[in-house]
Amino acid sequence: MSLLATAVRRRGPGALAWHLGALVLLAVVLYPVVWTIGASFKPSADIIGGPDLFPADPITDNYARLTEGIADIPISTFFLNSAYVAVGSVVGVVLSCSLTAYAFAKVRFAGRNVMFAVMIGTLLLPYHVLIIPQYVLFQKLELIDTFTPLLIGKYLATDAFFVFLMVQFMRGLPRELDEAARLDGCGHLRIYWSIVMPLCRPALITSAIFTFINAWNDFMGPLLYLNEPDKYTVSMGLKMFIDQDAVADYGGMIAMSLVALLPVLAFFLAFQRHLIDGMATSGLKG
Amino acid sequence: MTHIQTSPGTLTPAAERNGPAAEAPPGGRERTGGRENLAGYLFMSPWIAGFLFLIAGPMVFSLYLSFTEYNLFDAPRWIGLRNFTDMFADPRWRQSVKVTSWYVLIGTPVKLAAALAVAVLLARKRWGQAFYRAAFYAPSLIGASVSAAIVWRALFSDGALVDRTQKVFGVEVGGWIGDPQMIIYALAALTVWQFGAPMVIFLAGLKQVPRELYEAAEVDGAGPWRRFFHITLPMISPVLFFNVLLETIHSFQIFGSAYIVSNGTCGPADATLVYTCYLYEQGFVNSRMGFASAMGWLLLVTVGLVTAVLFRSQKRWVHYEEGGR
Repeated sequence: MSLLATAVRRRGPGALAWHLGALVLLAVVLYPVVWTIGASFKPSADIIGGPDLFPADPITDNYARLTEGIADIPISTFFLNSAYVAVGSVVGVVLSCSLTAYAFAKVRFAGRNVMFAVMIGTLLLPYHVLIIPQYVLFQKLELIDTFTPLLIGKYLATDAFFVFLMVQFMRGLPRELDEAARLDGCGHLRIYWSIVMPLCRPALITSAIFTFINAWNDFMGPLLYLNEPDKYTVSMGLKMFIDQDAVADYGGMIAMSLVALLPVLAFFLAFQRHLIDGMATSGLKG
Repeated sequence: MTHIQTSPGTLTPAAERNGPAAEAPPGGRERTGGRENLAGYLFMSPWIAGFLFLIAGPMVFSLYLSFTEYNLFDAPRWIGLRNFTDMFADPRWRQSVKVTSWYVLIGTPVKLAAALAVAVLLARKRWGQAFYRAAFYAPSLIGASVSAAIVWRALFSDGALVDRTQKVFGVEVGGWIGDPQMIIYALAALTVWQFGAPMVIFLAGLKQVPRELYEAAEVDGAGPWRRFFHITLPMISPVLFFNVLLETIHSFQIFGSAYIVSNGTCGPADATLVYTCYLYEQGFVNSRMGFASAMGWLLLVTVGLVTAVLFRSQKRWVHYEEGGR
C-alpha cells in the first residue's frame, strides 16, 4: 500500500485509480494460479468445494503422493521425457530456422522470393490437414512410439514463425558488418556462424524459449505418437491421472499440474523481457 | 510507423526493396550467380526437405486420401466424394462445426477486446507498467497446457468457485462443466484468459502512435472516446488486423483444452466436440482416415477463405502509414 501512497503523492488521484484498476484485474487474472497453489496443499475432498483460498492447516500429502508415481511409473520419467523432447526441439529450431533465415536474409539465390512467400503461407496453414498424412508417414516408417515424429520437424525448420522472427532480426543487422567480412574473403558459412549468429542472440533466445515452452506444453503430438507409458511426457502423465482416478486423487492431480508448470514459469521469470519483446515485435516492423 | 508484414506481397526481402545497388559491396563486385545459388540452397536444404516431406507431400497425400476409404492397414479404396457427402449428412460433424464456430465467434472477439482494453489501460507510461505487462502475459504461456485445463475443470465444476460466485448473485445454473449449455463458455473463458499475447502486440502498436495527434485532438476538444475511435483505432489497425488473423486461425485449431476440460469425452452431449476432437475421433479411434483427411481439407479451405476475406477487407479498415503500401 505504501507503494500506492507514493504513487498518489507523486501523480495525483488518476494514478491511484490506474493502479487500483490494474490490481483488481490482476487479482482476477492470476486467481486460477493462486487457487492452484492453495489447492495443492488441501486434502482431495476439500479441493472442489472448499471455500478458502488457502487451507487453514496445509498438508503436503499431495506432493508426497507424487513420489509414488502414476501407475508404477515414477514422475521423474515423465519429466525426463519432456525435457528430452523440449531440449531436442530447442536445438533443432535454433539450428535449422537460423540457417533458413540466413538464406532468406543474406543470400541472393534464384527463387528466394517464391520460397519466402511459401514459407509465410505455411505460417497460416492449419495443422489439421497434416495430422492424418503425417501419422501415416511415421507409421509406415515404423516411428510410432518414438520421439522422432515429435522432433523431426524442428530439425527441418517447419516452425515458420521462428524463421520469420529470425529473418526480421537479421534484416535489421547493419549491412556493413557482413560486407566487410565478405571483402576479407569470408564465405557464407563463416559469416553465418561468426557474425550473424552471435548478433542474433536476442532472436535466438526468444525462439528457443518459445520452442521449449510449446514442446513442454504440447499435448496432441504425444497423444498421437507415444503409446508406452514409459515414453510419456508430462502432459500425457497428467492425462493418465485423469484416466485413472478422476475424483479419488484430486490432490495428487492438482499438485502434479502445478509441478508440471514449474519449468515454464521458471523460464518466464528468467526471460520475461525477451519473451514479451520478441512477441511484441512479431506484429511490427521498424 | 507500424507496418505489418502479413501478405506475402508486402514481404519482399529488404535487398529487393533497396534495389540491386544496395546489395553490391563497396568494391563493386556483386555476389550473385551459381555459387550464390548453391549457398542459398545449401542453407535452405533443411527447410526444403521439411517442406517437401512434412508439409507439401502430406498435403497432397491427404487430398488423395480424402477421396478414399482408408484404415491405415488395408490399401486405400477410392470412393469419390462419399466422404464429403457422408460428412454433410453426419449430425455429429455438423455439431462439431457448430461448436467450433461458436467457440471462434465468442472466444476470439472477447479475447481481443480484453487485450485491447487492457493494452490501452497499460499504455500510459507509469511506474509498474512492465510488471503488469508481464503478469497479464503469463497466462498465455501456461493456458494451453494440460495443467491449465485441469484447473479450469476444477474451477468450473459443480459447487466449485464459479458455481459459488454465481450463487452469490442469485444465479442457479450449477457448475458449467457438466452442463451442455454452459461448458463451451468455460472453454471460451480459458482462451479469453490468455489475452496477454495479443495485448503485448497491441501495446507495441500503441507505443508508436505519435503523441502530438492526441494533443492536437485534445486542443480541438475531442473527448477520450472520440480520441480512441478516431485516432487510436485507425492508427493501430495494422496490429489489430494481425491479431484478428492469427487469433482466428489459432482458435479453429483448439484441441487439447477441449479434450482435457471435457475429460477426454468432448461432451457432455458433444457440447465440446470441436472440429479437431471429431477429426481425432474419426481418424484415430474409428480408423476412418479417409474421412478424417476430408475433414482436414475442408477446414483448410475454410481457413483459407476466412484468411482471404480478412485480407480483402483490409482496404476498408486497415490504414498503413506512408512508407507502407
